[in-house]
Amino acid sequence: MWKRDESVRPTPGREAAVPAMPTGTPAAPMAHGPEVEGKRHMDARDVVNIGKSVVIKGELNGSEDLTVEGFVDGKIELKEHVLTIGPHGRIKAEIFAKSVVVLGQVNGDITASEKVDIRDNGSVDGNIISPRVAIAEGAHFRGSVDMQRKGDAVKTPEGPKPEVKPAAPGLNGPKS
Amino acid sequence: MSGVGKVTGFLSRLAPRRAAEEEAEPVPARVPPEPIVPTKALKKFIASLRQCPSPTLLDLGPVVGSNIQYFGERLGCKVFIEDIFADLDRFQREHQLADLPAFLRTRFPQAPESVDGILCWDLFDFMDKPSARVVADHLMRVLKANGALLGFFATAHPAEATFTKFIVVDDGNLRHRPYSTPRMRQAVMQNRDIIKLFERLRVSDSFLLHTNVREILFRKPGYLSNP
Repeated sequence: MWKRDESVRPTPGREAAVPAMPTGTPAAPMAHGPEVEGKRHMDARDVVNIGKSVVIKGELNGSEDLTVEGFVDGKIELKEHVLTIGPHGRIKAEIFAKSVVVLGQVNGDITASEKVDIRDNGSVDGNIISPRVAIAEGAHFRGSVDMQRKGDAVKTPEGPKPEVKPAAPGLNGPKS
Repeated sequence: MSGVGKVTGFLSRLAPRRAAEEEAEPVPARVPPEPIVPTKALKKFIASLRQCPSPTLLDLGPVVGSNIQYFGERLGCKVFIEDIFADLDRFQREHQLADLPAFLRTRFPQAPESVDGILCWDLFDFMDKPSARVVADHLMRVLKANGALLGFFATAHPAEATFTKFIVVDDGNLRHRPYSTPRMRQAVMQNRDIIKLFERLRVSDSFLLHTNVREILFRKPGYLSNP
């Protein structure tokens, strides 16, 4: 007889029992909120989904792609992975990720090493630092966008500095 | 065989025609025209930005993704988006335009002399005088010495008065994308009114286009920088 595969459709009760921490995340201090309802493996790429009713206050670290449909207040770090703010997602946090896709609301600064993509009806109030930024027609954005110019070398503050000869005494004032 | 072949041939001739008719049935949504309008001042504005090592740009219009890419990726600008048109629209809808100047006094977070270029577009055509005064004072304050400010000013009331998204096609052309708003254009500003409004800037270039729009590029002289 045919049997429904229940593993792909978790019951609400089971969802509530599972903590919203990505699997394989090393000691990630994730959920400090009053309730954590859902986590779902979406596909083989280890995408974690934080459901609509989930509220997280604090720091969120992870080593897999993450989709947020709930509310996060604090800080999100997914430096090697993609963060997607779903249409119902509301973020009041600083975000650091490889790539960020915004379909919901973000209030806070976004730093992405690859790309920030604000889709139609997505909203960002904050500053964006990313080499690539795409903002769709109909998206809301208020803040600043800082992109590295194509071909520019990555700024390395600790990199080798050019040799500077000591100025002669009496000549070290600023030139007008 | 030949009869069946005739029938199928007839049907096959009918079917694509019907499919073509079905495809043609939906009436395409009426999209307002988006004319590409030449601009003369934008090229000079961009040239002034290119002279800065890491230019900072303040855009007072609604966010346009392709403009962000143009100024951010191609020119290496840090772009601040402050959509004053949205504020105008909101205050108009809420019938609170009298409170707009007070709101605008605290609207801009930029530090004095922190911006190399300002894109006003046609903002001042839609502002009343007290609000325009507040915004102009702020813009003069945040603009760096030798920084540039670009504004478009209508010289006649156009037939359609809507907000416009100005999309940079290249440094000599802008695509005009109108979008609806209850806010109407205010009285046409005379040249002397414009110059008086930006009294701490000097007019670098002024172009009167065939579209009855005057493009004015202001520069902030070094000797008039903030104390």
